[in-house]
Amino acid sequence: MAKAAAKKATTVATPSVERRPALIGRSTTAPSVKVEILPPAERISLRAPEASVAALSKALGLTLPKKPKTSALKAGRTALWLGPDEWLVIDEAGNDPLADCTGVSALHSAVGISHRNIAISVAGTGAAATINSGCPQDLSLETFPVGAASRTILGKTEIVLLRTADNAFRVECWRSFSDYVFTFLSEGARDAAV
Amino acid sequence: MLLIRCPYCEEERPELEFRNAGEAHIARSANIAGESDDDFEKFFFIRSNPKGIIYERWRHMHGCARFFNAVRDTVTDKFVMTYKAGEPKPSKLPGAAK
Repeated sequence: MAKAAAKKATTVATPSVERRPALIGRSTTAPSVKVEILPPAERISLRAPEASVAALSKALGLTLPKKPKTSALKAGRTALWLGPDEWLVIDEAGNDPLADCTGVSALHSAVGISHRNIAISVAGTGAAATINSGCPQDLSLETFPVGAASRTILGKTEIVLLRTADNAFRVECWRSFSDYVFTFLSEGARDAAV
Repeated sequence: MLLIRCPYCEEERPELEFRNAGEAHIARSANIAGESDDDFEKFFFIRSNPKGIIYERWRHMHGCARFFNAVRDTVTDKFVMTYKAGEPKPSKLPGAAK
């Protein structure tokens, strides 16, 4: 049976490469906010000690942020500070950050999670109110300015939140939670409009 | 909602992001197999459970995911202070009357 499966897998190798991202193309529009699934991106989860940060920054082509709740953006690639030795690197320009890390000899752990996460854009004047419908963090511009990034929670699930503009956020969540998160944000958007 | 200061994120964050992880400063014996049953029982099961100031481990589960230590008053449920994991028990508490 395993043999048959393997044979079948080789014959359909080309179509299986096709990527089928969750919820792709879905969006909800409310009077003050639009919630939209973003196109697929390349992502890695990066863990590294202080001593490796410089080498990894060089390989990735951007400076890994060292300050809590911050991010760095350069040429379509964003590095989000998640913890003292942990970053989420998202590349929307189609270059794989995992490949860039392979040549680095400094101690680090880079794990490709491109397919684990999906991203949702929440944009509009009611964006903060929409996310605050399930996220307890203070999202005012003073405490969560543009470029601020944080792992936090939304309702029952964990998300990674990035403020991309005054009235726009990128919400990253696990693929298996995407239906819940998208529906939650859609409901939040409706409430934010009131 | 309680706001808890995470020493790694360097700011106060909502309690929903945190998990309690039991009493702090309980050292595991280097020779656990050589421990007597009584000592092991003390290490494994017996906790101080005080009325008042308690030293606890907390984890910023849905944030930076790091463990840290916190000093909390079990009567008022107020956090006195927090400090990084591995740091010694603070000898003096801010604003402590006794």
